Amino acid sequence: MLNMQPSLLSVDSIALSFGGLLAVDRVSFAVESGQIFSIIGPNGAGKTTIFNCISGFYAPNTGNISFNGHAIEGRSSHKIAKYGLVRTFQNIRLFKEMTVLENLLVAQHNIANRNLISGIIKLPQYRKAESEALDKAEYWLYQLGLTAFANREANSLAYGQQRTLEIARCMVTEPTMLLLDEPAAGLNPKETEELDELIVQLRDMYGITVLLIEHDMKLVMNISDRILVLDQGRVIANDLPSEVQSDPAVISAYLGEEE
Amino acid sequence: MKQNFQNAIIATVLSFVLLSLTIGGLIQVEGIETTVVARPWYVVIGCTIVFIIQLFRDQLVFVFKGFGNVLKTLVRAEQIAEHAIQLKGSDRFNPLFYLTVLICLSVYPFIVSDKLWIGMFIDIYIYILLALGLNIVVGYAGLLNLGYIAFYAVGAYTYGILNHFYDFSFWLALPLSGMTAALAGIILGFPVLRLRGDYLAIVTLGFGQVLVILLRNLGSITGGPDGIGSIDRPTMFGIEFSRRAKEGGVPFHEFFGLEYNSIIKDFFFYFLALALVIFTIYVISRLVKMPIGRSWEALREDETACKSLGINSTSVKLSAFAISSFFAGLAGCFFAAKQRHISPESFEFIESVIVLAIVVMGGMGSTIGIILAAIFVAVLKDYSQDLQEYRMLIFSLILIVMMIWRPRGLFPATRPFIKLQNRQKSQECGC
Ligand SMILES: Nc1ncnc2c1ncn2[C@@H]1O[C@H](COP(=O)(O)OP(=O)(O)OP(=O)(O)O)[C@@H](O)[C@H]1O
Ligand SMILES: [Mg+2]
Repeated sequence: MLNMQPSLLSVDSIALSFGGLLAVDRVSFAVESGQIFSIIGPNGAGKTTIFNCISGFYAPNTGNISFNGHAIEGRSSHKIAKYGLVRTFQNIRLFKEMTVLENLLVAQHNIANRNLISGIIKLPQYRKAESEALDKAEYWLYQLGLTAFANREANSLAYGQQRTLEIARCMVTEPTMLLLDEPAAGLNPKETEELDELIVQLRDMYGITVLLIEHDMKLVMNISDRILVLDQGRVIANDLPSEVQSDPAVISAYLGEEE
Repeated sequence: MKQNFQNAIIATVLSFVLLSLTIGGLIQVEGIETTVVARPWYVVIGCTIVFIIQLFRDQLVFVFKGFGNVLKTLVRAEQIAEHAIQLKGSDRFNPLFYLTVLICLSVYPFIVSDKLWIGMFIDIYIYILLALGLNIVVGYAGLLNLGYIAFYAVGAYTYGILNHFYDFSFWLALPLSGMTAALAGIILGFPVLRLRGDYLAIVTLGFGQVLVILLRNLGSITGGPDGIGSIDRPTMFGIEFSRRAKEGGVPFHEFFGLEYNSIIKDFFFYFLALALVIFTIYVISRLVKMPIGRSWEALREDETACKSLGINSTSVKLSAFAISSFFAGLAGCFFAAKQRHISPESFEFIESVIVLAIVVMGGMGSTIGIILAAIFVAVLKDYSQDLQEYRMLIFSLILIVMMIWRPRGLFPATRPFIKLQNRQKSQECGC
């Protein structure tokens, strides 16, 4: 017990209510480094609210969240992102009127050379830092197949490409862990398949731990190491995909809601 | 058409009420008697204009769009030139274009050689300075600041006070004025930057008003309503531009063995203002391509996304406020040195509105647009001098019309184009 590796992310009994509505009710789970961990559940189950608590947009009423040794509950979101935990949004949030490339440069703000003087007179160290930022942006554009759109305004991209760009924008921040909120929403089956491959690739090649929200249980079965099922703010299952699939509580929650 | 007719009637009735109350009557005070003179014609003319505009709204939009397109084709030539250069992988800088403009502006004062015409351009330069600074906050960071002129006042009074009480020279006070204004921006920014949109606009507007009241009432420091007088003019390498120098100094005309001519002083101010404008354009054009400038724009686009990427939105806002105020402070210091006398009157709300009108007209985030708009507005301001308070109406109208028909300004900003392939091979990157 003592020499057990602590989890990368551990959520301990968090609760949050909006007025009278208990959106998240004493939820606990732990994500190990290198896992693809999925949260599923019907509409309004509280998935996005949990994301908002983890990423600092909401402070939970009670409970603790720790990431990589830092207590992060109630911390401001930009600090949490600096610890290496970045997220995407259910309703895509790009810098719409900036170009694709600029989106990726902005995201590198914390790694950039922000010394005003060296930027204004273009000192060598500034040029070098900018050049590296461009290289990294170029790399991720290439990896995610967006190179051709580098100088297009972000909002001119197709929906699926915007989702991909949002992931690219997370990746240039060199995160430890990605939180993806329904990244497959609005994608066609082929795009969804590519996305699944991408997520696995991010984990296998770059060692990214992924916390994934998905609406559709079938989609996540193949790629998830572990699945947490939520219903009305409560955890009803936290298990391996194969176990979750046959869990009677899960089946009744899902069938009750969808049929 | 019927819809338009209805709208027109409603708008006219509303304007009738408003106009009757505002410009329909003129209060005259003679001795102890106060009389109200009715001015029905003003109301009739106003109502007629509103009626016609509302009735032919659609056609007017069409005409206005056409006008915009003509302007667009005019600037396109320049944009294409810029684009071609960017494709070569260099900066957006088109040396030939800027050199031509610079030469024209440099010979201008010698050609006109007239106090008034030079003075007009100096005023334009001050407006350009102010608008470029305000554009950082409003255009790039998307924060509406309605009290911007207060920072201009801070700069002017910094020089005024430092010179009056401590004999600071212009050149020493110039950076200090900028920094004091920046500090004022940060001090105001800390509590108010949590506010968004309309609330921020109202608080900054209040700040502008409060500052003017403070200037009026802090008599012992600011000289009250009379302001501060006999502020020293700047010197050039210690050479003065007055007829007689202070003890120990040599005036410019004696130094070069010329006849004394007061226009030399105007030339000097002209080039000083031009130098400040060039400095500001260069610094701002660098800033907006740097990480700090990108974060301003990102903040305008989506604050939540910024935070999720680890960008501290408060410090980004503060940096925009501080840097924009810095340029207002520089402009203020120059203004104090040029006028030699400053008083609260120069920093009324109307000035904030004028600068905002320039930014909105010029196309938020576009430098060339702002320069052209500054020229237009400064000239308009000169010619509308007689209208006094009604000038406010004109500038408000410009703001409203722009917001409705061309919310991105007459010259919308173009996004930087950065070439990726073989980027490493070319020496310059467009960043
Ligand atoms: N800011 C808020 N104010 C009030 N209620 C909220 C707020 N955010 C979420 N809720 C409520 O909390 C509950 C959980 O919402 P949440 O967005 O977390 O669900 P979800 O699981 O992400 O659903 P979906 O699959 O539709 O995205 C819902 O009933 C929602 O209406
Ligand atoms: Mg959701």
